[in-house]
Amino acid sequence: MTATPTAAAPFTTVIGLEVHVQLQTRTKLFCGCATTFGAAPNTQVCPTCLGLPGSLPVMNRTAFELAVRAALALGCQIAPFTKWDRKNYFYPDLPKGYQISQFDLPFSSQGALEVVDPKGALTRNVRITRVHLEEDAGKSMHDETAGTGDTRIDLNRAGTPLCEIVSEPDLRSPQEARAWLNELKLLLVYLGVSDCNMQEGSLRVDANVNLHIPCDGGRIAKTPIVEIKNMNSFRSVERALVYESARQYEEWQATKAEMGKTPKQTRGWDDPAGVTRAQRHKEESSDYRYFPEPDLVPVTVSEEWLAATREAMGDPPSVLREALAATWKIPPYDADVLVNQGRELVAYFEDLAARVGEGKVASNWMQQDVLRTLNERGGSIDDFPVRPAAVADIIGRVAKGDFDTSRAREIFAEVLASGRTVDEVVASMGIAAVDDDELITLCRELLAANPRVVADVQGGKEQAAAGLIGQAKKKNPNVNPGKVRAMCLELIRQM
Amino acid sequence: MSLSRNDVAKVGLLARLALSETDLDTMTRELSTIVGFVSQLEQIDTTDVAPLAHPLDTQNVFRADIPQPSLTTAQALQSAPRHDGECFLVPAVLGDSGAN
Repeated sequence: MTATPTAAAPFTTVIGLEVHVQLQTRTKLFCGCATTFGAAPNTQVCPTCLGLPGSLPVMNRTAFELAVRAALALGCQIAPFTKWDRKNYFYPDLPKGYQISQFDLPFSSQGALEVVDPKGALTRNVRITRVHLEEDAGKSMHDETAGTGDTRIDLNRAGTPLCEIVSEPDLRSPQEARAWLNELKLLLVYLGVSDCNMQEGSLRVDANVNLHIPCDGGRIAKTPIVEIKNMNSFRSVERALVYESARQYEEWQATKAEMGKTPKQTRGWDDPAGVTRAQRHKEESSDYRYFPEPDLVPVTVSEEWLAATREAMGDPPSVLREALAATWKIPPYDADVLVNQGRELVAYFEDLAARVGEGKVASNWMQQDVLRTLNERGGSIDDFPVRPAAVADIIGRVAKGDFDTSRAREIFAEVLASGRTVDEVVASMGIAAVDDDELITLCRELLAANPRVVADVQGGKEQAAAGLIGQAKKKNPNVNPGKVRAMCLELIRQM
Repeated sequence: MSLSRNDVAKVGLLARLALSETDLDTMTRELSTIVGFVSQLEQIDTTDVAPLAHPLDTQNVFRADIPQPSLTTAQALQSAPRHDGECFLVPAVLGDSGAN
C-alpha cells in the first residue's frame, strides 16, 4: 500500500475535526484543585475530582467565561440557557463512572473559522457545529515492559476544564486541515483561552474523514467515515489524513464498500510506522445514556454579560492582520508572518515601526534579522536582548547614510552577541561615518587607478561604476556603496 | 409497557452486571413493572409545559478560580484496593481512553 496520493486524486477528501483544548484556568472545572502541569501523580486531587461519595461539583466561573470567549471568537451563537449532562461509561481514569459534559443544550453552536492563506491556496470558510464545556478524564499509564500487568492511574488531570470544538465536514485536504488547526490555535492563544500546548495535552485533535468518489453516471460514492485518534502534532494530523485518504481509496477499489453499510470505524495513528490501525470496536461503548446532571444548576447568559465578554476579548488574529497591513502599509504576507508569531512579537514590531516611521523597513528587519536570530536563540521576544529602540537606531543610521545595510547587519549581530549599546559597537568596530572630503579623496584615487572604468562610463555604460565599489570597501569598510557610486559618476561627469 | 430480555441484557452489559439466565428472567419481569409504573406519566398532556432542566429554580452558581488545598497523595490513595504509593493500580487496560 502506498500512502502517497497521486497529484490529481480521483476523489474529494472530506474532513471534519473535533478539537479539545484545555482552558487556561488556575483550578479545575468543578473543584479548587490546581491544574499545574507536571505535578507528581495524585497531588492535585480532592473528593470532588476523585468522585468520592457526598462530594458536589461547583462550576468555575473563569472556565465558563473563557469557553464563551472562544465561542464568540469563532462567531458562534451563545445559547441564552445551557445545562450539563452526564455521559456514562466505565473506564478506570473516570472515577465517577460518568463525564460531566453537554449533550442537547451546548452553550454555543453555529460558528465559523476561516483559514486565509496569503498565497490563496488554502483559503476556506469552515463552519463550527458546536462548542461545549466539559471535564477531562485522568491519565492511565501502562508499562508493558515492567511486566507487572497493572495499569497506573493518575487523577491530577481529572476534572480539568476542556472546551470541545466540533467543525462541520468542510475541510477538503490534509493540508487545509493543518492550516485550519494552526489558525484555530493562534486564535485561542491570542485570546488567552488556552496555551494549546500539544506536548502537555492542552490541545488534542480527532479527525473524521471519508472520500467522495465520482462514479459513472454522475453518482458520487461515499466511503465509510473513519475517525482517526492519537495524533500528537498538527504534522501528524496532516500525515494521518494523507495516509488515510489513500488507504480508503484502495479499500474502496477493492470492496466498493460505502458509507452507512458498516458502523463508523475508529483508527489510531501510529506515528513512527506512519499508518492508521483499526482500533478494537466496542459495540456497547456508543450508548452513553446521557441524562441531565442533577448536581449542577443551569446557566443563563445575559446580553450584558456577553457584551462585557466581547469587550474584554481583544482583537482576533484575522482582524489584527488587516489592521497591521493598513496601519503600517505592509503587504498581507508580512502581516501574516508577524501576526502568526504571536501578540508579543506584534507589539515589538509596532514599537519598532513607530520609531522607524516606515512599516515595510521595520517589517523587513523583523523578518530577516529579529525573527531569524530569535528562532536560532529560542525564547520569547520579550526576553530578546536587542530592543526596538536599538534596532530603530541602527535603521536610522542606515537611512542617514552612515553605513549600508550589510554593515548594519553586522552591527545588529554584534549588539546581540555583546550586549553593548549601538554607540559602543559602532565605536569598537571602528565604524565612523565617512565624511564627504574623505569620500571625494577615495573616489579620486579609484578613478585614477581605473581608467578603463572611467572610459566605459563616459562611453555610456554607467553600470561599469559598480566595479569600483568592491575596491572602495577594501580601502575603507565604512564607506556607503551607494554614495561611492554616486560620487564616482559625478566626478566622471566633471572630467 | 414491557421490556424484552434483550433490552435487559443490554442494560446489564452497560452497567457491567453479570446476569445469569435466571437473573434475566427476574430482572425482565421486575424492570418491566417499574417502567410500566413510571410510564403512567405519559398519560399527562405536557403540550404547554416547558422542559425542565433542573428541579431547583436556581441558576448561575459559580465559584472563583482560586486554588484550594488538595488532599495528600496518601489521603487520596487510602481507600484504593491497590496502589503503589503514587498511583491507583488497576488491572491492565488497553485501548482508547480519555474524554471523547
